[in-house]
Amino acid sequence: MWAIGVVLLLWLVFTSTHVVAPGERGVVTLFGRYSHTLGSGVGFTFPYPINRVQKIDVENIRELPLGSASTETLMLTGDQNIIDIAYTVRWNIRDPEQYLFRLAQPDETIREVAESAMRAVIATVSLNDAIGEGRGEIENRVTERMQTILNAYQSGVAIQGIAIRQADPPEAVNEAFKKVTAAQQDAQSYINRANAYSLQLTQKAQGEAAAFDKVYEQYKLAPEVTRRRMYYETMEQILPKVPKTIIEAPGVTPYLPLPEVQKKAPQQQGGAQ
Amino acid sequence: MSDLLRSRPLLSGFIAIFLLFLVTAAFPIISETKQAVVVQFGKPARILGATRAGINFRVPLFEQLVWIDKRVQSVDMDRQQVLSTDQRRLEVDAFARYRIVNPLLMYIRAGDEKRLQTALVPILGSEIRNELGQQPFAALLSPERQGVMENVRRKLDRVAAQYGARIIDVRIKKADLPDGSPRDAAFDRMRTAREQEARSILAEGAKRAQIIRATADADAARIYAASFGKDPDFYEFYRAMQSYQTTFLGDDPNNPPAGTNIILSPDNDYLKEFTGRGR
Repeated sequence: MWAIGVVLLLWLVFTSTHVVAPGERGVVTLFGRYSHTLGSGVGFTFPYPINRVQKIDVENIRELPLGSASTETLMLTGDQNIIDIAYTVRWNIRDPEQYLFRLAQPDETIREVAESAMRAVIATVSLNDAIGEGRGEIENRVTERMQTILNAYQSGVAIQGIAIRQADPPEAVNEAFKKVTAAQQDAQSYINRANAYSLQLTQKAQGEAAAFDKVYEQYKLAPEVTRRRMYYETMEQILPKVPKTIIEAPGVTPYLPLPEVQKKAPQQQGGAQ
Repeated sequence: MSDLLRSRPLLSGFIAIFLLFLVTAAFPIISETKQAVVVQFGKPARILGATRAGINFRVPLFEQLVWIDKRVQSVDMDRQQVLSTDQRRLEVDAFARYRIVNPLLMYIRAGDEKRLQTALVPILGSEIRNELGQQPFAALLSPERQGVMENVRRKLDRVAAQYGARIIDVRIKKADLPDGSPRDAAFDRMRTAREQEARSILAEGAKRAQIIRATADADAARIYAASFGKDPDFYEFYRAMQSYQTTFLGDDPNNPPAGTNIILSPDNDYLKEFTGRGR
């Protein structure tokens, strides 16, 4: 007899005290009818089956990955191109009562709504926006759209955000897209080379012009002398380093030691290599 | 009572169990997510829990309960091929969300939830085909914009209303080009578009590079002209001196010019003084 009493007591204690963890809410129903919601901490209710408590985590943000790296999830863009997209939906429960009582399959619903919203948004943007700079905008629009739809279902779900993990051209056309990237780099390198050439040429012109201007300034002060001086200086630089032959009298046929000349030339060339 | 318990323990046990059964059957617990149609010998009489969940009452044995979900439910359509007005094909996956608002009607017309679903699926499919089939392909991609989905919803709702259900929305989950030639054609178009883009990027780059070079050439020419043009005669001399040095000595020590033999005539200007006839 006392054994039944102990079981009864344990049952009373265990079904009427509820420890609700931080970030959780306990939804209390009285004979199936919603009564109230317990906050975090220890809460007391009537024992089961009078009161029943369902604990729901409202703070933990859940992640729902859609599309994957291994299989292609193809979507049509507004300009009738196809992209391969993978994204993650981050959501949590805002309203535990609605989440429990309003939707038959909440998780499945979130997935379908996400797919539908993403498809709808992708169908309004161009391919370049979808794989390039438009991502942030797409994420925002999908988040907004999902929230509107889920609110219409009174689902009690809050969409925290969408993260597009990958938005690429499909495998079948990837090669062509790489060509574009390569072309962009090639074009840039053409331009870089031209810029380098331009800089070099301009600097050279400026340098030479400046040098000429300096010399010309001096030349103007004493043109004839400067001219002679420059002439002799140049000759002094050149003539010591090359073989010279001076032919004295006019009318004398010069004897050119051609073999010797030719002998020297290959030597010099050989030395240069 | 206690006499009966003592004299006929078995019978009184049965009676107790029967009474307990009657009490629990008479006061069914209806949760927030459900409602119940009360059926009297196959004839639906009233609804329990449509507005109030909790303990309700029915006459045990004479009234049966048929449970019906009160929550938002989904009906998924099989993949449909839609032909647009410009004769292009699209494969469409759609779903509708509904709620049973009149369980009595739903019980009379459909019987149970499964039958309601099987009644809705083909209608959803055909309405989607009809509505989308009246659109050009470009509009199919975002049917939400044209209000096409709202049309589908309204039409489906008209049918669902006969079953006591309300369609909350109809949405397209997927819209793809069918496998095979339509998709391959799209891929081809994408590929050629990219190739064209690549070429035009290259051409554009080459063009800009050429312009940069030409501008640099022009700039250099202008700088030279501005400077050298001050005295063309002196420039001629100045440049000749530089040119001799470059030609005979080279300006790169690693790559000297070919050997040169200079044969000077005494008439040469350089040897003017050498011969002693300078003055």
